[in-house]
Amino acid sequence: MNKLNELFNPNFYNKPIKIDNFNKEDLVNFFKLMTKIRLIEFHLADERKKGTIGGPVHLGIGQEAIAMGLSANLESSDYVFGAHRSHAHLLALGSSVKGLFAEILGKETGLSKGMGGSMHLSDRSVGFVGSVPIVAGTVPLAVGAGFAAKIAQKGNLSVSYLGDGATEEGVVQESLNLASLYKIPVIFMIENNLLSSHMHLSERQTSFDCSRFAKTNSIPYRMIDGNDIIEVYKASSCAVKNARNGGGPFLIEAITYRWLGHVDWREDVDVGLSRSIKELKMWKKRDPIERLENSLIKSGLWDKKSTDNLIKSIKDEIQILWDEALNDPYPEKSQTLKRVFCKK
Amino acid sequence: MKKIFRYDEAILEGFKYLLSNYSDLFIIGQGLWSPWYVGNSMKDLDKLYGKERIIDTPVSEASCTGLAVGAGLVGMKSIIVHPRMDFMLYAVDPIVNQASKWSHMFGGENSSNVTIRAIINRGGEQGAQHSQSLHSWFAHIPGLRVVMPSTVCDARDLLIASALSEDPVLYIDDRWLYSQEDYLPEVKNIELVNQKPKIIENGSDLTIVASSYSTLLAKNAIYSLKKEGINCELIDLRVINPLDLDLVINSVNKTKSLLVIDGGWSSCGLSAEIIANVVENIDVTVLRYPPSRITLPFAPAPTSSFLEKEYYPNLKDIIDRVRCMHVK
Repeated sequence: MNKLNELFNPNFYNKPIKIDNFNKEDLVNFFKLMTKIRLIEFHLADERKKGTIGGPVHLGIGQEAIAMGLSANLESSDYVFGAHRSHAHLLALGSSVKGLFAEILGKETGLSKGMGGSMHLSDRSVGFVGSVPIVAGTVPLAVGAGFAAKIAQKGNLSVSYLGDGATEEGVVQESLNLASLYKIPVIFMIENNLLSSHMHLSERQTSFDCSRFAKTNSIPYRMIDGNDIIEVYKASSCAVKNARNGGGPFLIEAITYRWLGHVDWREDVDVGLSRSIKELKMWKKRDPIERLENSLIKSGLWDKKSTDNLIKSIKDEIQILWDEALNDPYPEKSQTLKRVFCKK
Repeated sequence: MKKIFRYDEAILEGFKYLLSNYSDLFIIGQGLWSPWYVGNSMKDLDKLYGKERIIDTPVSEASCTGLAVGAGLVGMKSIIVHPRMDFMLYAVDPIVNQASKWSHMFGGENSSNVTIRAIINRGGEQGAQHSQSLHSWFAHIPGLRVVMPSTVCDARDLLIASALSEDPVLYIDDRWLYSQEDYLPEVKNIELVNQKPKIIENGSDLTIVASSYSTLLAKNAIYSLKKEGINCELIDLRVINPLDLDLVINSVNKTKSLLVIDGGWSSCGLSAEIIANVVENIDVTVLRYPPSRITLPFAPAPTSSFLEKEYYPNLKDIIDRVRCMHVK
């Protein structure tokens, strides 16, 4: 079996990750934030199940290492664009948890002033320009922001998060060509979780390898285990350096798996054409957080008790912020008409 | 001595003004290095301002429009040019889903100040896919400003106002207007938000509402009708989204009759909206005649010039209709 196929096989890449030459303090911080992101998403799943959240939430549980590894290389002056499953993309940049909660609840105090909900998130203070649920909709926008960054010559760059499903959209091919042709500092981060809505990659494409589109457009790329924070960090660091040094676009294809279904709290093992409980269980062994935790414990930098304490303190914080958000006001009804055009 | 400009030269003047005064402005689109696509309206801009700011692109309407929208989101003044509006349909997502919705989705805090220039390119036996005036589609979308200049001065000034607007703007010009000539006053910075319909001709017998090329057609018809003693009031819409019809409603209250001329189709179109809006807002018993409209026949544009002559509304159609309405 070659390496490419191994990346898609959950029986491989499930050992503790290699952290030998990495800053240990950073790793502990990654572990803490990834754990927090996961607990936030589990909380959202519960609240959605209870009906407290009215609209859909697309959760990325199991994929936390990708946003974490990339975000750790970014500056708030960079431009990050997400899609429908973007809580982690936003939170890994250090955005406000309370702002996210309030937004998902449709409150005026939300990141998008209660106008967007889970699928339309923006926090310019951390560089997150926006996420929208039209598949591949933000890909050319990220190319445009990268183009603006290039013109301004301030060394900033843009990031386009997209999934394996998005690579089936024609506009992605156009965008890769433009980015390559104009040497635009944009990082295409493909989160290949093998599933688009309910359909498996094997039923949608003739190859599992989405980075083949980088190859045809002369864009440098890396195909990595997206559940290994070190691998993601290293590839992202390379992509960021390339962009900041005028090297243009870079594509990273991070192989991962989402633990929950396309939307909300369900696992969707019943509606997916090629998703079984067995497969899901196997992928859970490739848990990006647990693998990092095991590595940290093995190195004596962390212990199980600390994890228990961490989880408790995060859960308490989540509850406090959630309750606060619940009590916040909704936008004035008139805002529906007032926000059609920009207030500036 | 004041110089006379053609409509397309006025657009060129607008671009020159913008490029000279705003270093954060760039123009992207197909055919920008070739006079073949956009005529004199962008002549030599790449030579004057550099190929980095005037960018001729691969045949990728969707991603180039998205690129302009994205650059507009992070502070640049971007202009994307579609030499034929028909091809712009590949780019409906960045226009309708992204640029138009951005302000609302994210709480009115930020928006793309992209300007999308779409050119209507009818006639000349080009057929159904090189001829469409799809302004009504786009004027249906909240969050997208849609402007349709009919005069030489507006061609320049509304372009400047569009590019300087913080909101996404669709600027639609029609090649059939390019040979119009007029004097151009000094550029005054006007805010697009404040731009509304204008009375082009004063009259008391009938209100004619039009935009873009239809305004020119109506203006020519009105000159002929004047000789017969029929005095029509002509209102040029200029901005069709958001649509402000106060002037039209006042005019219809005065003339007690309304004729709308539109270069698009009637079904769910601009003419339907104007008539509905007026009827909703006046005492209909003042009307001397049911509101009327002249639009394209409800069919794609034919190709041969023989059929084209029948297809596009002309001077005679307007004159006949007004005579008919006036007699009643």
